[in-house]
Amino acid sequence: MHLCVGLALALLCAVSLFVGVGELSAGRLFGDPEQMRLMLVSRLPRTLAAVLAGAGLAIAGLVMQTLARNRFVEPATAGTAQSAEFGILLGVLVFPAASLAMKSLLASLAALAGTLVFLVIARRLPPQQPFLVPLVGLVYGGVVGAMVTFIAWRADLLQMIAVWTQGEFSGVLRGRYELLWIAAALVILAWWVADRLTIMSLGEQVSVGLGLDYRRMLLLGLAIVSVISAVTVVVIGNIPFVGLVVPAVVARLAGDNLRGALPLVGVCGAGLVLACDILGRVLRYPYEIPVGTVLGVVGAVIFLWLLARQTPHG
Amino acid sequence: MIEIERVSLQLQGAQILHDISLTLPKGGVTALVGPNGAGKSSLLSLIARLSPLQTGSIRIDGMPVDATPGSVLARRIAILRQDNAVASRLRVAELVGFGRFPHSRGRLDAKERALVAEAIARFDLTDLADRYLDTLSGGQRQRALVAMAYCQGTDYLMLDEPLNNLDMRYGRELMGTLRRLADGDGRSILIVLHDINHAAAYADRIVAMRCGRVVAVGTAAEIIDADLLERVFGFRMRVESIGGRRVVLHHR
Repeated sequence: MHLCVGLALALLCAVSLFVGVGELSAGRLFGDPEQMRLMLVSRLPRTLAAVLAGAGLAIAGLVMQTLARNRFVEPATAGTAQSAEFGILLGVLVFPAASLAMKSLLASLAALAGTLVFLVIARRLPPQQPFLVPLVGLVYGGVVGAMVTFIAWRADLLQMIAVWTQGEFSGVLRGRYELLWIAAALVILAWWVADRLTIMSLGEQVSVGLGLDYRRMLLLGLAIVSVISAVTVVVIGNIPFVGLVVPAVVARLAGDNLRGALPLVGVCGAGLVLACDILGRVLRYPYEIPVGTVLGVVGAVIFLWLLARQTPHG
Repeated sequence: MIEIERVSLQLQGAQILHDISLTLPKGGVTALVGPNGAGKSSLLSLIARLSPLQTGSIRIDGMPVDATPGSVLARRIAILRQDNAVASRLRVAELVGFGRFPHSRGRLDAKERALVAEAIARFDLTDLADRYLDTLSGGQRQRALVAMAYCQGTDYLMLDEPLNNLDMRYGRELMGTLRRLADGDGRSILIVLHDINHAAAYADRIVAMRCGRVVAVGTAAEIIDADLLERVFGFRMRVESIGGRRVVLHHR
């Protein structure tokens, strides 16, 4: 299965490199410097960005589900991404000259705080009602998002905030996506602690019983979720559903032992985002549909299919 | 040896445990019995450092449970609580394998894998080893969780009502297995039991609790007494001797 998924992702990458408004053909790539420039400045960064963001968001979703012990939450809807937007907005208002890296830092800190608040709320909810957690997440994310919109409206920054709330790759060029490699590093970190994350998914008591430093792992997990989400929001914008449907589908196929499942989640996340971006490029050619919109539709369909087939505990 | 000194516990204003002092020697099977709300599970949680100690001290082989690193304690004590809402899609063999985590930190070599296989066989889980937990019955899942705690390979094994969800055959087998672990491997078993007859049949030592206090500590012969049981459980039951064994007829 790993091999098939890997091959599918490689195929998608190849397609992504050669699909776009500018003509690009494999045969002339190495003879024509203009073609090479288009490849290196635009197509390759865009493809890499989609792969990194997709893998990162899927892993962030998986880790968040582990921390909340609920399969139906994800950072994009439960307040993490909205908190990151809040951080960026504050950055723009207070330090207008801040660099992209500085904005990412602010977004990460805000996302960390926002996710922590959500987890504190989620732990107080009765465990017999698993759907309450994602519902509260949606409300919470909505409230934070509304705050962002309100402040942006008062400060006349609504146009600017749309860049972060609506994920899209068309603006990705060499020099403007490299922060996403941080997400890649965090994905590797998540894989490194995969066993601990699996134990955490068994609950706090089992974790403590097996000698895990539960609080430290909780903070590490929070950091992984928050920083990946924040960096993605800063560079690409919010992309919904990746963190929700990819871990759920992989859990059905490969189980919850993260040592084995985590790479699969990353690769499938990358593939899903890349496929949706390619779809967005060709649907209204030569115009583009933002990847956030495409995933809103595709992700919702997959999510409904999952809901119809799976009990909340499953 | 488990030394409990002057331990009290308050939760949301309610006094759960009153100034408990108790010393449990190493080895053997110790059963905690008592009615609902006696504080058995709370005491077990404190001993196994799953809840924070409020007053007093608890030491296991001289190590204070509230000041010893969790990873060190995880190689000395294993605990299975009763309210395990495990909804994970883990295979039984994977779950049992995580019992080795305190020793292996996740890297299972041949020796560790042999220990996991032994645990799976000991709890009659071989046929279920590749099944996902969410496809098992409550009793099967309970056995898998007990096997994981056993697989931790610790001197002390603490189980909170492990007979829940088990049918008579597996309940009896589990108690027999615990007895053999105490006799053969020299492990210390600390177990919360609801059925007084299981405690009488298998435990070396019975700790009877009521309303957050220890009422009596002793052997089955000492504890299985109509007057004492009435003081602990609050109603009269008949105690008979059948084939030299004390049996409590508590049903009617």
